[in-house]
Amino acid sequence: MDYTRPKADAVIVGLGWAGSLMAEELTRAGLNVVAIERGPWETTSVNFPPAIAADELRYGVRREILKPPSVETLTFRNDSSQTALPGRDWNSWQMGYSVGGAGKHWAANAWRFSVADFQMATRVRERYSNMKLADGLIVQDWGITYDELEPHYDRFEKIAGISGKAGVINGQVQAGGNPFEGSRRNEFPTPPLVRSHWNDIFHDTTEKMGYHPFPIPAGTIGGAFRNPLGIELAPCTYCGFCGFYGCGNFSKSSPNICVIPALTQRSNFTLLTECTVLRINKSKDEKTVTGVTFLDSDGNIGYQPADIVCVSAYQLDNVRLLFLSQIGRPYDPTTGEGTLGRAYNYQTMSYGFLYFENEYMNPFISTGALSTQIDDFNGDNFDHTGLGFLGGAGIQALSDQGTPLGMTDRLPAGTTQWGSAWKKAFAHSYQNYAKIQGQGTSYSHRGSYLSLDPTYKDANGQALLRMTFDYNENDRKMSSFVRGKIDDICKQTGAKSWETVSFPDKHNSPFRPYDSSHTIGGAVMGLDPATSVLNRYQQHWDAHNLFVLGASSYPNNGGYNPTGTLSALTLWTAKAIIDNYVKSPGSLMR
Amino acid sequence: MRRRVVLKAGLVLMSTATAAAIMRPVGAAARVLRGGAGKWIARETPPPVPVDPSKRIFFTPQEENLVKAIFDQLIPADDLSVSASDAGCVVFIDHQLAGSYGKASSRFKGGPFQEGTPEQGDQSKLTPADIYKIGLAEMNDHCRKMSGKAFEELPAPQQVEYLEAMEAGKFTYKTIKSSELFTQFLTNVQEGFLSDPVYGGNRNMVGWRMIGFPGARYDYRDVAELKGQRLEIEPVSISDRI
Amino acid sequence: MKTSIKKTLGITALAGGIVVAAGVGVIEYNLHRDYPMTITVASGDALKAKIARGQYVAFAADCAACHTVPGGASYAGGYSLDTPFGKILASNITSDKETGIGAWSEQQFNRAVRHGIGSHGYLYPAMPYTAYAKMTDQDIDDLWAYIRTVPAVDKAVVENQLPFPYNQRFLLAGWNFLFFHTGVFEPRKSLNPEQNRGAYLVEGAGHCAACHTPKNALGGDSSGHAFQGGTLQGWYAPDLTPNPYIGLGGQSVADIVTYLKTGSNKTSVASGPMTEAVENSTQHLTDADLHAIVTYLRTLPASSTSVPIVLAANDPRMLKGKLVFQAACMACHVPNASGIPNMIPAFAKNPIINAPDPSSLIHTVLRGMLGPQTWQNPTGAGMPRFDWKMPDDNMADVLTFIRNSWGNAAPPVTAAMISQMRKNIHADMWSGIKKPENGLN
Repeated sequence: MDYTRPKADAVIVGLGWAGSLMAEELTRAGLNVVAIERGPWETTSVNFPPAIAADELRYGVRREILKPPSVETLTFRNDSSQTALPGRDWNSWQMGYSVGGAGKHWAANAWRFSVADFQMATRVRERYSNMKLADGLIVQDWGITYDELEPHYDRFEKIAGISGKAGVINGQVQAGGNPFEGSRRNEFPTPPLVRSHWNDIFHDTTEKMGYHPFPIPAGTIGGAFRNPLGIELAPCTYCGFCGFYGCGNFSKSSPNICVIPALTQRSNFTLLTECTVLRINKSKDEKTVTGVTFLDSDGNIGYQPADIVCVSAYQLDNVRLLFLSQIGRPYDPTTGEGTLGRAYNYQTMSYGFLYFENEYMNPFISTGALSTQIDDFNGDNFDHTGLGFLGGAGIQALSDQGTPLGMTDRLPAGTTQWGSAWKKAFAHSYQNYAKIQGQGTSYSHRGSYLSLDPTYKDANGQALLRMTFDYNENDRKMSSFVRGKIDDICKQTGAKSWETVSFPDKHNSPFRPYDSSHTIGGAVMGLDPATSVLNRYQQHWDAHNLFVLGASSYPNNGGYNPTGTLSALTLWTAKAIIDNYVKSPGSLMR
Repeated sequence: MRRRVVLKAGLVLMSTATAAAIMRPVGAAARVLRGGAGKWIARETPPPVPVDPSKRIFFTPQEENLVKAIFDQLIPADDLSVSASDAGCVVFIDHQLAGSYGKASSRFKGGPFQEGTPEQGDQSKLTPADIYKIGLAEMNDHCRKMSGKAFEELPAPQQVEYLEAMEAGKFTYKTIKSSELFTQFLTNVQEGFLSDPVYGGNRNMVGWRMIGFPGARYDYRDVAELKGQRLEIEPVSISDRI
Repeated sequence: MKTSIKKTLGITALAGGIVVAAGVGVIEYNLHRDYPMTITVASGDALKAKIARGQYVAFAADCAACHTVPGGASYAGGYSLDTPFGKILASNITSDKETGIGAWSEQQFNRAVRHGIGSHGYLYPAMPYTAYAKMTDQDIDDLWAYIRTVPAVDKAVVENQLPFPYNQRFLLAGWNFLFFHTGVFEPRKSLNPEQNRGAYLVEGAGHCAACHTPKNALGGDSSGHAFQGGTLQGWYAPDLTPNPYIGLGGQSVADIVTYLKTGSNKTSVASGPMTEAVENSTQHLTDADLHAIVTYLRTLPASSTSVPIVLAANDPRMLKGKLVFQAACMACHVPNASGIPNMIPAFAKNPIINAPDPSSLIHTVLRGMLGPQTWQNPTGAGMPRFDWKMPDDNMADVLTFIRNSWGNAAPPVTAAMISQMRKNIHADMWSGIKKPENGLN
C-alpha cells in the first residue's frame, strides 16, 4: 500500500450503467462518493465523434473500444474434466474499457424482463407441478418481483430516453406494443424508431400468422428528449455504427451522455480514472468490508476506505473481484455447496438467416436495436405443459447489421467465399440478406460455474477468472423449439432460401460468431444464503456494507438483453441504501 | 490559442497532482476528476493515420508480389470492380502488419501455451505478422516444390486450383495449416477491400460502390421511410475530400 | 477562452496606447483621479447578507474567470495569459496576507477595482477596471466583504512578466488618460428602472463591451457602434443590438434570458469565449437581472447591417457545400438544420450564422468545442473538431452553404479565410506525423 485516500461514504467500482446510476442516487442523497474506473474518461465530441466513430475496421473489427484480452481475459472450458485455456483473441466477452463501460458500446436493446422471469421456481410449482426439469437444472426465485422493480424500470427508461411502444399500461393492453409485457405505469419516453424494410416484412408476416409484433425498447433514442437529470438527448439517425461503437451524436443512451454530465457538477463526487481495483478489503472480524485497494496509472497501490462498497464492474469482473477478495464461499460443483461462482448462466441463441431475391433491404439504415419482435414464445408467455423445458425466446427481425465487413460471409449455403463468384453473390446478398434472432432464456446448471483459474494470470499477477460452461438439456430442448418457430416464420416471409440454427446443438464456444455477449450470474441474489451470494437488495449476505450490482445478480437470464434490468435493480438497491441502510447500517433483511 | 490550451490542461494536471500529493506519501491516482470543479477534459482519441500508398513498410518485394498474386485471385478484376491490388489491398495489409494488428497487441499472450479444443479458440503464439512471414515462405517453398514455379508465375487457372486446395486444407506446410493461412489472406483482403480508404485499401471506395454501402455517413433519417427502394447514395470516407 | 480574450483586449489596447501615450504617461503619471468610499462596514446577519451580495457581485463581474485557474483554488490567481508582448498572470486575490490581498484595506481594493491602481502601481487593462469603475460603492463594498471571506491560499504570483518596455507600469497612466473615464454609473432618464439596472450590469460589472463592441485603432471602443459585434483573437462576438438579422432582434426576451441562464436556447448554443462567460457568470445571475440585461439591450439602436443577396442554390460552392453538410454536419444539426433545442444549435435564424464576420464559425469548425455546462442544463454537448480531416475548400463551401440556406444570407467564406485561420490558431490537417495534443479546448 503506497497511499491512503480520504475516506468516502461510498466507493463505487466501475462506472458503467450500474455504477453511474448508483453514483447519481447516492450523491443526490448527499453522500460523499468516490468511483474508481479502470479506463479513462471519454466524451462524445473528443473520443468518438462521427468522423472518428464511423470506422468499421477500427471499432467493428479491431474492436478498439473494448477491453482487450491482453489486459485481462478469461479461461474457458466446456466441462470440469477439461483444462481451461485462455480466450486469447476477441470473442463473445465484450467488456468496456473506459468510463461508461459496456454502456457505451452496447447495442442499446433496453428491455424489462417478464413477470415470470423473476419467479420461475414459484411459477414451476404453481403452473407446472408435474414438469420434470432437466437433471441438474438450477431454477430459483430472485427474491424480488416485477412489480417491486417497475418504478425503477420507469426511472431508468426516462434517464436513458428509451424509445418504444408500451404494450400494457396500468393493466390495459395497448395496440402496437408487447401485450405480454408486465404492466407499466407510463408510455415510453420517446417514440419507436422508424421500422426497417426487413422489420416491415417480419411485422406483416408474423401478424398474419396470428402473433403480436412490436418495436423493441431501444436506447437508440426516438426523439429529442430532456431526461429527469435535466440532460438533453438527441434522436437516433440510423447510422448503423452502433453496437461496438461509441455514439457520435448523443443519440444512443449511455452513462456518458445520460448520467455523468450531472455527476461532473456534484462536489460530493470524485472519479479516479485509469485505476484498477485489485481487491475489496475486509475488516478484521470479516463481517464488513472497509474499502478497496487499487493500482493507479503510475503503478502505485492506493487504498480507498469507505463505509459502503458498491461493486459495479462487468458481471464477470464482479464475480472475479469477490473471488480475489476471498469474500463468500466458492461453489463446489461436486457437492453443490457454496454460492460464489454458482448459477452462471448465459443467453441461448437461435437464428434464421434468410436470403431474398429482389429486395432492397438497405441494411446500412440500421441501429443496434432496430428490431421488431414477437414475444409469443418468450419466457413463460405460452403454456409449457408437455414440452419438457422451461423458458423461450424473443423472436425478432433485427436490422443491426449494415457495415460490410461483418457481412462478407452472409451468403446462401454453398456459395464460394472468394473470386468473381463471391463478388457477384456478395453484391446481391448485401441487399437481400436478413436475420431472425431468437434470444433465449437461460437457466443455470449444476455443472456450469465460475471460479479462479489455477494457472493463468493477468498483467498484475492476479488469477484470471475461469468459466466452465456448456449448454444443458433444457437449453437444447428450448432452443430446438424456438428454431422450429423461426423456421415457420422464415417460410412465410417470401425469402428464397434460409437456414436456421440452434446454438445448443454444438458445444458452447466464446469464439462462435453471432453468439451473445450476455454472460450472467455467478454472484446471484435470492432469499436463501445457501443458494445466493446476495440478498434481495443485492447486499452481500456475509458483509452488509458490500453491494454487488449487475447481471452477476441474475439467477437466470430472461429472453432479453440484460441492461435494463440491471439498471432497474441498481436503482432499487440505491433506494434501499438511502432509505434504510444509511440510517441504520446492517442487513436489510430484517 | 493553442499555447493557452496546452497550458490550461497542464494546470489542471498540476493542480490535481498537488492536491493528491497532500494526502499520500508517494505516487498518486494521477487522473482524478472531481465533481463541481469545472469540465472534465478527456484525452483526445487520435484520428486514423492516413496510409501513404507509396511506402512499403512490412513486405519484401518478393513477399509483396506473392501477396498481390494471391489477393488478385481472391478479389479479381472483373466487371464489378478492379482487382484487390488495384484497390490498394496489398498496401492496406502491408501497413496493418507493421502496426498493432500485425503485432497482435490486443491478444492475451500469457503462458503456458497448449493445444485446446476447437471451442477454446486459437492458442498459438503466432501473430498476424508471424503468420505472413512464415506462411508466405512456406507457401512459396511448397508451391515451387509441387509445381516447379512460384505461385505468382503460375497461370491463373492453376493459381485458383492451388488456392482451392489451400482452402480445403489439402496442403501440409511446415508450421502453418494451409486452410488457416488461406483464411488469414481472405480475411485481410476483404478488410482491405471494404474498410475506409484512409487505411490504404478500398481505393475510390470501390468495394463500397460494388455493394452500395454509403460508407462513413452518419444520418439516414431522410431515407429511412423509403423502404425497399434502390437508393443511390454516393459513399463518403472518413478523410477524403468531398 | 473568454478570459483570454478579455485579457488580451486590454493588451491589444495597450499595444496602441503604449505607442501613442508613452510620452504622455511620464507627464500624466499622477493625474489619475480617485473618489472615496461612502459605505460603512456591517456585522452579524447584516454582514452575512452583505457577503452573499458580494458573492453575487463577483459572479456578475466574472472575477473567477481570470483569478481562478480551472480546477484550482478559488481566486488564487496564476491564470496565465500569453500576449504578443509577453506574459501576464492574474493575481492572487485570496485573503492570504503575504501572497494575496489579505493585508489590503478596502480603500486599496477600491483603487484596484475601480481605478486600476494596484499595490505595484497601475494595473494593466487586462483587468477591466474601465468597466468596473461604473460599479456602485455598495457593490464594491459588498464585493470586498465577500472577497475577505475567500480562504487564504499561499501562492505567490508574479503578475507582470512582460519584457521591457511593456513592464513599465507608468505607461498605463497615459493609456488611462486617453481611454479611461472614471465615474460611477448614473441612471439615465431615458430608461426605466429595469432598463437602468440592465445598463448598469452590462456596462459595469458585466463589461460586455469588452468583446461585443468593435475597437478603434488604439484599442478604445469604436464610437457609435456600441455592442454591434467585435472580432478578437479569432472569435467574433456577435451584435447585441436589436438588429433582427444579425443581432438579437430575432429572438424573444425569454429566449435570450434562457441562453444566458443555461448556455443555450431553442436556436443558439454558446460557443467560444461566451461558453465560459455563461458558465462563470451569467448562469449565476437572477432571472430578474438577466431580464433587465436583455431589456436594456433591446433599447440599443439597431445596427444598420442589412441582409445581403443570398447566393444562388446552383452556385458550385453551394452545391459542393450541401454535399459536405450532408456528410459531416446534419447527423447532429439535423437535415433541415433545426438543431436540437437547448443542445445543438440551429442554422436557420441563428444570428451568429449570418454574422458578417465568420471567424467564430471557422474557429468552431476547425477546433471544435466543449459545450456549455450549467446548473440548469448540464448537457454540455460538444462539437468535434474538423481541422484534422476537412480540406479548406470543403470547409469554406459548407460554411458558405450554411450561411446561404434555410433563409440565411451572408457573404461567402473562402478557402483563403480557412487557411489564414488555421495559421492563426495552429489548426493543421492531420497527417499522422505528430501526436495530437491532449484535450480539446
